[in-house]
Amino acid sequence: MAKSIASEFTKGLWKEVPPFRLVLGLCPTLGVTTSLKNGIGMGLATTFVLLCSNILVSLLRKVIPAKVRIACYIIIIATFVIVVEQMMAAFAYGLFMDLGVFIPLIVVNCIVLGRAEAFASKNGVFKSTADGLGIGLGFTWALGLLGMVRELIGTGSLKGDVFGLIHWNFQNIFGPSFEPFGFAVQAPGAFIILGLLLCAMNLIPSK
Amino acid sequence: MGEMIKMVVVLTVLSVVSGGSLAWLKDFTEPKIENQVMNLVKGPAIRQMLSEAENDPVEDRFKIQEGEAEHTVFVGVFGGTADTVVVESSANGFADKVGLVVAFNMSDDTLRGVAVTTSKETPGLGARAKDDPSFTAQFKGQSIATPFGVTKDGGQISALSGATITSRAVCTGVNTAVKTYNDLKPQIEEQIKGMGK
Repeated sequence: MAKSIASEFTKGLWKEVPPFRLVLGLCPTLGVTTSLKNGIGMGLATTFVLLCSNILVSLLRKVIPAKVRIACYIIIIATFVIVVEQMMAAFAYGLFMDLGVFIPLIVVNCIVLGRAEAFASKNGVFKSTADGLGIGLGFTWALGLLGMVRELIGTGSLKGDVFGLIHWNFQNIFGPSFEPFGFAVQAPGAFIILGLLLCAMNLIPSK
Repeated sequence: MGEMIKMVVVLTVLSVVSGGSLAWLKDFTEPKIENQVMNLVKGPAIRQMLSEAENDPVEDRFKIQEGEAEHTVFVGVFGGTADTVVVESSANGFADKVGLVVAFNMSDDTLRGVAVTTSKETPGLGARAKDDPSFTAQFKGQSIATPFGVTKDGGQISALSGATITSRAVCTGVNTAVKTYNDLKPQIEEQIKGMGK
């Protein structure tokens, strides 16, 4: 039992990391990863929603009638998304302004609904918790990595913080003569860098 | 039939619980969000608009009750007299409300400045109302005797190209602020008497 919970957790971190292995949830993946800070913030917000909705869906899986299950999942997910949005506006307003419309858009993030439908509605609370946490953290590191690569190439520096707790500030990593490649922080750069990262991930076997 | 009732009951209970807890959350976060907006959005916008003021307009603010509504008024001191007040207003833009702060020069009833604070307008189009200072600069020094409008509607403000609805919303918002200012003027004068000495 303990072993299977651990494997549900770790599969999200590597084997099924959503944007790279499953190529799911690409809207925020492409939209907000202009910096490491935004990638991590978005990833953590999604992780919270995923974790809470997985737990609640799993707890209610015997109560929710099959015919209206999607409506019920959406109510649960939307509630937690509003919680995240309000809390972020109240305590991390800078991040809230950077992420903008992508926070309410977590409601329609296919990863969240996908985990509720495909996993939490069929499994117990502990497994669902591990699954939600694993997939969420996998999503977070994927967004963070993409954001980091884009910020590095696009600005030559890394600067930011996570909810004011952890700060980092590295200026001119490639030396002062580096000319920032501004293309990387714009929308087309997101596609190209995501493609290159997908390519790199496919070179590494998933098992 | 039983399944039908179950569906209705489950959906209703879920919605009620969700709505109730969100209402509680809103009560909890509202003052904190207001604080954040004041410190990070309105505050800088007002300080920018009244950058030559001798006091801190955000510190020197007070509230006026008008019927059900409560208005926050910011005061700016110029040349030793408190002759500038800032009133907030909002109007429906292209997406959601466009929030404004409007500064009035009380000595001659002209506008001292207009700035967009909160908006969800389209980046590159309507969002320029906030980002492009030349648009809101058009209001500066204008008399408040005539209502504001975009040139397309026979007014005096050149609209942002591609963002007529946002430009109209800003004009409407300024007109609302003018009305608030005129309504509250006696009370404001009462309050700021003795300020800036």
